[in-house]
Amino acid sequence: MEEHKSHIIDYLTQIKVWVALVIFTLITVATAEVDFAMLTVAVALTIASVKSILVLLYFMHLKFESRILNLFVIVVMLVFLAMIVFTFFDYIFRLSHGS
Amino acid sequence: MGENVQHLSFLQDNGGKKGILAWITTTDHKRIGLLYFYSLTVFFLMGVVLGILMRLELMNPGKDLVEPQTYNSLFTLHGVIMIFLFVIPGIPAVFGNIALPLLLGARDVAFPKLNLLSWYLYILGALMALSTLLFGNAPDTGWTFYAPYSVRTGTNVTMAVLAAFILGFSSILTGLNFIVTIHRMRAPGMTWFRMPLFSWALYATAWIQLLATPVVGITLLMIAVERMLGIGLFDPSLGGDPILYQHLFWIYSHPAVYIMILPGMGVISEMIPVFARRRIFGYKAIAYSSLAIAFIGYFVWGHHMFTSGMSGPARVIFSLLTFLVAVPSAIKVFNWVATLYGGSIDLKPPLLYALGFIFLFLIGGLTGLVNGALAADVHIHDTYFVVGHFHYVMFGGTGFAFFAALHYWFPKVYGKMYNVKHATRAFWVLFTGFNILYFPMLVVGMMGMPRRYYDYLPQFHIPNLISTFGSWIVVSGLIYMIVVLIQGYRKGTPAGKNPWGGLTLDWQTDSPPITENFVELPIVTEGPYEYK
Ligand code: HEM
Repeated sequence: MEEHKSHIIDYLTQIKVWVALVIFTLITVATAEVDFAMLTVAVALTIASVKSILVLLYFMHLKFESRILNLFVIVVMLVFLAMIVFTFFDYIFRLSHGS
Repeated sequence: MGENVQHLSFLQDNGGKKGILAWITTTDHKRIGLLYFYSLTVFFLMGVVLGILMRLELMNPGKDLVEPQTYNSLFTLHGVIMIFLFVIPGIPAVFGNIALPLLLGARDVAFPKLNLLSWYLYILGALMALSTLLFGNAPDTGWTFYAPYSVRTGTNVTMAVLAAFILGFSSILTGLNFIVTIHRMRAPGMTWFRMPLFSWALYATAWIQLLATPVVGITLLMIAVERMLGIGLFDPSLGGDPILYQHLFWIYSHPAVYIMILPGMGVISEMIPVFARRRIFGYKAIAYSSLAIAFIGYFVWGHHMFTSGMSGPARVIFSLLTFLVAVPSAIKVFNWVATLYGGSIDLKPPLLYALGFIFLFLIGGLTGLVNGALAADVHIHDTYFVVGHFHYVMFGGTGFAFFAALHYWFPKVYGKMYNVKHATRAFWVLFTGFNILYFPMLVVGMMGMPRRYYDYLPQFHIPNLISTFGSWIVVSGLIYMIVVLIQGYRKGTPAGKNPWGGLTLDWQTDSPPITENFVELPIVTEGPYEYK
């Protein structure tokens, strides 16, 4: 069993991450106005993913956790990604067949 | 054990509290397992009653017992109860809770209070689901709550959907608890590959509970929001997409069928070596195939949607992936049979139920491949073939595995042995009745009888008559089994520590186990099935 060390993230880093999150939120709002056609969902999800990775790494301290925990989260992310990709395959095929 | 400390069995040790309070505030994993067991049994029997009512209505063509609308509510509530209150929690919540810490050589699960909370959530969700029987009109959508009908129907779908949402949380908490328990609480010396196979199965299951359940949670919430606020998510007239609902629903509900079956397979893997007195054949193959099933199981959900209007290429991909899941399942079956081969087989009730499982699951699994074949499914989708298929997997598979586990760990939990002769007879009644009840459904489905109707054309009469007759035998078998077990509980002979000659740690401690499970934590030096 590995030792558990607690990490304290300084305020400056916290604030930087928060500012980054706010900026990404603004970008999300801005891109909602743009028509990316088939890529609309992909764009929105990419921005959202970047935001959640920031939250996971800094606010939830994943950056300082053991490798196995990081691995778990990566596997979970990949499974989630695969679900989205499979679902939207269907949409893309449906669109391209004009139904 | 040469000490003076008195160790009470978990059944006697009330922790200073009285009566029912000592049970509903317990954090002991074995007591929580029993709480689940008793509540689950009640719901299961309610589900059976609804099933029997449907079979009575279907005995003859025409309306004879219930109104069409009542019939719609019957199959919906039967499905909701059986799925969300029986098979999904089923083996993990009852036997996982009771056996996992014992198998691992631990004193409890990692988070005992969370464990109790998950039972409370389960009860809350169950009461909410059952309240729809009394208040408002009982839901009539089928257990799948397909949109847009579920958005438009005047029945009390919102409550049923919120109930399923709460039940999901209970499932997530159990999964989380087991993952941490397996990572953190194994006895000294118990490496991953010295773990009993039931723990592997629970581990794979727990990951599905944790990852897939939130998807259905949010989907069902979307239904509730759409009903209450009129936001167009799934209803085309509001600009939504009903196929999206089916995607989201099955992204959870297909992996959920592996939540149902994997623990069942784990129970069987646990029992086969004990009753064949042989080391399990292909330990690692069985362990890894659980993980493989869990993993591939995430990517086959589209096979429920072949006729929904999903795109052609997506259908082909999902059909192909579906066939892949059959591979790890078959690996397990071959390994079980190879373990039995040349063993000194002791046909006790737990093994009988295990063999019953293999037989019925084989039929369920193979008819599943028929459904998974794209071209065939277009014809049999929404017919009784599907109803036959999923009863073979869920009842013949998970249900029989549940009964196997019950007969296996009964003497451990209560310290007493039931009457083996009668338990064996009850098995045969149940097994025979089961096939008479469900095999005709496969046939009549092939003939084209659609599911979810209170009536049918006259040419489907004979198989339906046989099936209804079978349902009476099944109920007799269930009553017989329950009476034998209650008798065993009241008057059974003392079972001793290890009535089946198992080598896993659960059999090395007292029956019933003491609250702390082991006086001293065991040290593990070899694998779980080292029969010489
Ligand atoms: C005596 C036992 C049982 C009987 C007589 C029975 C009978 C039936 C019948 C006749 C239907 C088809 C209704 C229709 O499509 O019109 C049905 C549906 C169903 N049954 Fe059972 N059943 C029994 C046990 C079980 C068990 C143990 C499970 C699960 C573990 C189960 C799960 C389901 C589900 C999920 C449905 C689908 C409901 C829907 O269409 O939404 N049943 N059952």
